[in-house]
Amino acid sequence: MTYTNFTVETDADGIALVTWNMPDKSMNVFTVEVMDEIDAIIDQVVGDTGIKGAVFTSGKSSFSGGADLSMIKGMFTMMLEEKEKDPDNAIQKLFDVAGRMTWLWRKLETCGKPWVSAINGTCMGGAFELSLACHGRVASNAKSVKIALPEVKVGIFPGAGGTQRVPRLTNAQDALQMMTTGASLTASRAKAMGLVHQVVEPDQLIPAAKQMIKDGLKPVAPWDEKGFKVPGGGIWTPAAAQLWPAASAILRRETHGNYPGALAIVKCVYEGLQLPFDTALKMEQRYFTQVLQTTEAYSMIRSLFISMQELGKGARRPAGIEKSDLKKIGVVGAGFMGASIAYVSAAAGIAVTLIDRDLEAAAKGKAVSEKLVADSVGKGRMTKEEGEKLLSLITPAADYEGLHDVKLVVEAVFEDRNVKKVVIEAVEAVLPEDAIFASNTSTLPITGLAENSRRPKQFIGVHFFSPVEKMMLTEVILGEKTGDKALAVALDYVAAIRKTPIVVNDTRGFYVNRCVFRYMNEAYDMLAEGVPAAMIENAGKMAGMPVGPLSLTDEIAVDLAQKIMKAYIADLGEGAVKPAHMALMNKMVDEFDRRGRKNAKGFYDYPPKPAKKALWPGVKDLYPQKKAEDFDIKVLQQRLLVTVALEAARTMEEGIVIDPREADVGSILGFGFAPYTGGTLSYIDGMGVKTFVDLCDRLAADYGDHFQPTPLLREMAAKGETFYGRFDPYAKKAAA
Amino acid sequence: MTEVFIYDHVRTPRGRGKKDGALHEVPTPRLAARVLEAVRDRNGLDTARVDDIIFGCVDPVYEAGAVIPKAAAFEAGYSFQAPGMQISRFCASGLDAVNLGAAKIAQGADDIVVAGGVESMSRIGMGMSGGAWYMDPSVNFPAYFMPQGVSADLIATKYGFTRDDVDAYAVESQRRAAHAWDSGYFKNSVIPVKDQNGLTILAKDEHMRPGTDMQALASLNPSFQMPGEMGGFDAVAIEAHPDVERINYIHHAGNSSGIVDGAAAVLLGSRAGGETMGVKPRARIRAFANIGSDPALMLTGPVDVTEKLLKRSGLKLSDIDLFELNEAFAAVVLRYMQAFDIEPDRINVNGGAIAMGHPLGATGAMILGTVLDELERRDLNTALVTLCIGAGMGTATIIERV
Repeated sequence: MTYTNFTVETDADGIALVTWNMPDKSMNVFTVEVMDEIDAIIDQVVGDTGIKGAVFTSGKSSFSGGADLSMIKGMFTMMLEEKEKDPDNAIQKLFDVAGRMTWLWRKLETCGKPWVSAINGTCMGGAFELSLACHGRVASNAKSVKIALPEVKVGIFPGAGGTQRVPRLTNAQDALQMMTTGASLTASRAKAMGLVHQVVEPDQLIPAAKQMIKDGLKPVAPWDEKGFKVPGGGIWTPAAAQLWPAASAILRRETHGNYPGALAIVKCVYEGLQLPFDTALKMEQRYFTQVLQTTEAYSMIRSLFISMQELGKGARRPAGIEKSDLKKIGVVGAGFMGASIAYVSAAAGIAVTLIDRDLEAAAKGKAVSEKLVADSVGKGRMTKEEGEKLLSLITPAADYEGLHDVKLVVEAVFEDRNVKKVVIEAVEAVLPEDAIFASNTSTLPITGLAENSRRPKQFIGVHFFSPVEKMMLTEVILGEKTGDKALAVALDYVAAIRKTPIVVNDTRGFYVNRCVFRYMNEAYDMLAEGVPAAMIENAGKMAGMPVGPLSLTDEIAVDLAQKIMKAYIADLGEGAVKPAHMALMNKMVDEFDRRGRKNAKGFYDYPPKPAKKALWPGVKDLYPQKKAEDFDIKVLQQRLLVTVALEAARTMEEGIVIDPREADVGSILGFGFAPYTGGTLSYIDGMGVKTFVDLCDRLAADYGDHFQPTPLLREMAAKGETFYGRFDPYAKKAAA
Repeated sequence: MTEVFIYDHVRTPRGRGKKDGALHEVPTPRLAARVLEAVRDRNGLDTARVDDIIFGCVDPVYEAGAVIPKAAAFEAGYSFQAPGMQISRFCASGLDAVNLGAAKIAQGADDIVVAGGVESMSRIGMGMSGGAWYMDPSVNFPAYFMPQGVSADLIATKYGFTRDDVDAYAVESQRRAAHAWDSGYFKNSVIPVKDQNGLTILAKDEHMRPGTDMQALASLNPSFQMPGEMGGFDAVAIEAHPDVERINYIHHAGNSSGIVDGAAAVLLGSRAGGETMGVKPRARIRAFANIGSDPALMLTGPVDVTEKLLKRSGLKLSDIDLFELNEAFAAVVLRYMQAFDIEPDRINVNGGAIAMGHPLGATGAMILGTVLDELERRDLNTALVTLCIGAGMGTATIIERV
């Protein structure tokens, strides 16, 4: 028999080697066709008396990344269509589709012949759930082998038996930890947890897998054996009485109850361990069906899975421009940002000339990389050789001569128009005619800076986020005159350093910072209203933000916030900043010298470690305090999210951001906007534009005009539109 | 409705709830049987006339399972005609047994009810009956489940009680309990637990530490910091009360109720029931109520239920001569006093569970008896008895002397 995505070769010992190797794909993924073929292969193995058992492996360097985008999209489309035309049966249909993989893996597990999964590389999600249904699991000890059930990260959960098989193989605590965080395991960690049977050298993988069958591997899962006992004795033991209350508490601490998929994992494990296996799978299927219908699952899959991949692959890159060859770049300015940009570039294998006013300053910039490399080597994340190679790619320099053959220069000097002007002129004097000049700035509009350039078409902004080596996002800023080539090169560079780009038209604060300042400003309003500071901070965290808005102000620095407000006022006039906000910053900085974490005094006190930061008692005296009972925490949470989402909507209306995917992904990667919402615009679409507008109207009445819905939002509400509908990112492609 | 009277009440001494506790050798049905025997023998009760035996028991499993008051009735030699029923409302079970008995009498269904409770915490450990409330993520998550001690610390944090406040309360509880014992205030109601030969096993509350002072308590480490921080429960507390920045951990073994073994019984009846028995009523059950309250604070139910009960009964705070509030944790009592502005000399005047212990299912019946005795001793009229309850509930009863 022949298959499109698999080969099946039976050896002299009667062992079938099933190799998954999808044509035209760099990685194996589950599609409906793949599942149909696996179904047929199981029948073939069972039906062929010459086959004793089967080894399942991959013909790619990785094993499989799990489900395919198109399949997941298809599931949502199906659900929406069915709900339209046959709402009574739509959920039953979804239930059946959601269980397809579950029962296919169960069929494999109970087919009567032994199966061994030979895990040769990254094995994620449904692929690991398939492996768990095999009777034996052998993994290669290659560094590239990463095993994970990461579904929770995109709002769903391992719904093809994962929540049932993992806690039947390892203890419930480790099982919960693995699935609620979606963390990757090395092969040896998976073996220690009892999730794989053997870890072998890569070239021994298939022989070892076959040997398990030759050694008489029983085609019966442990849980199908009579007298099977759950590891640790199940739910009603003294140890479990410690685990389960804490499991929910810790989940609340980590998720604030915002992630239905994560809670469903805990429920599935708890309920499933008290059930016979087939009933447990059905129970899991019920929860999976429920979670698939949540707004969170829909929005998270769209932003964090689909859009993130599409943007990473250059969704916004202009067509018809040859991929840039970025073997060498220049970085001008070896301060903290420049030094970090040099590091991430070198880490991507790009040679960097790192330039500052003298060699000492440039070398100091390289020292940042030296420290990062030493840390990575120390933690075993990088070998000594890799570290040395990385550092050898960075050449400190005190003049611009090294730039004569680069295609791209990233300028990261001090945020001052005059300083930048001097550098732009000096660099362009040396730079090849066709090279691109990228200015890293977070505050200065690109169009203005480009006025200093002799070739503004080749001038572009790249806004990195600190710490550069950790933050996944880069904003690419188009000046008025920036050309397609500059955009293409900038996007190629961002892709090369493995960051996700969003492309933004020029505006003060660009996209991310405009949104972030709304978050902090709302907190200043709340302070002035007398909301207890702890309540403001907790409202931020409970809304799903990574840090509270006052804490964030401290991290950014209170005096920097003050400086930015002053600049707004200087450039745009008094109306640009709410007087109360300016007064608060002035008071904090000028009166109390509370500058933020950097001087260990901000809205928080920062005592020496191991003591933890604590809210500065003086915050209470800034404004007359009211009681907690006077405020509704839900409304505080809403205010913090709505003000940000509203700003994102304004950037769309102004044409600063043109693709809703970029607004969403940028908000999550740039400042951790409540990921369960799918991002700023998905937050609006998720509740419906009309509901959002009504909410804004109510908030505007109570808390001020900055909550007034914009004309565009009102129009969309009236027409029943969504951002993803009105600004359909796929429309252009479909038209073309 | 038929009026409901309290004719008598007894309790066992409370034994330390550990393997070395004096009552550890006494099986749960025997502990319950001893108080059933006492109410029968003290009142010459014809047990064939007992319409019901209602006992609270919070962990009714193993020997305490399968309707413990009926089991105890067999051991006590009650008539087979006396039925039994076990109930649980966690820590208020003993008082709810009384209230339920009162309701049956008031409705006219019963004339004589023995209500009370039993818990041998040394033999059946706390939590041994399991429970979705704390185990099942579909329940414990929406319930904001956390160990009660974390809730007590949350109350202290939220309402501003310091370690010194709660320790001082505990010192006073010990002093009052010791004084009450020394003065013989409990002697008419506490029945010694004896063996089959009539030899005394325990005659006095075993958990007390008379002479406890601030210094001694200061040496104790907070008990709930570890589960709060490691188990994630402080995050649960803060999410339920986001005005709290961090929990101030101040409760420990010395200012929380003691784990003990014990049983109590209250003889209830209608006027006709009293005539049948030939005994005089000592007090009337004036009113009672239950309520659900904030599950994270968990232990503030007494405040809510007291408001509800006063409203329903038409009584005012000033009508209440004495308050008896179970000392589950010091902060529970301090918050109650704060909420109603109650002077210390009107509440828990003979100490409470911090000194003498809290045998979960029995305590409600015990403290009802304690305050009735004290009303009589002081010749006062009205008392309000209340207990905080797991998962956020409150039960309260108002009694009046007749």
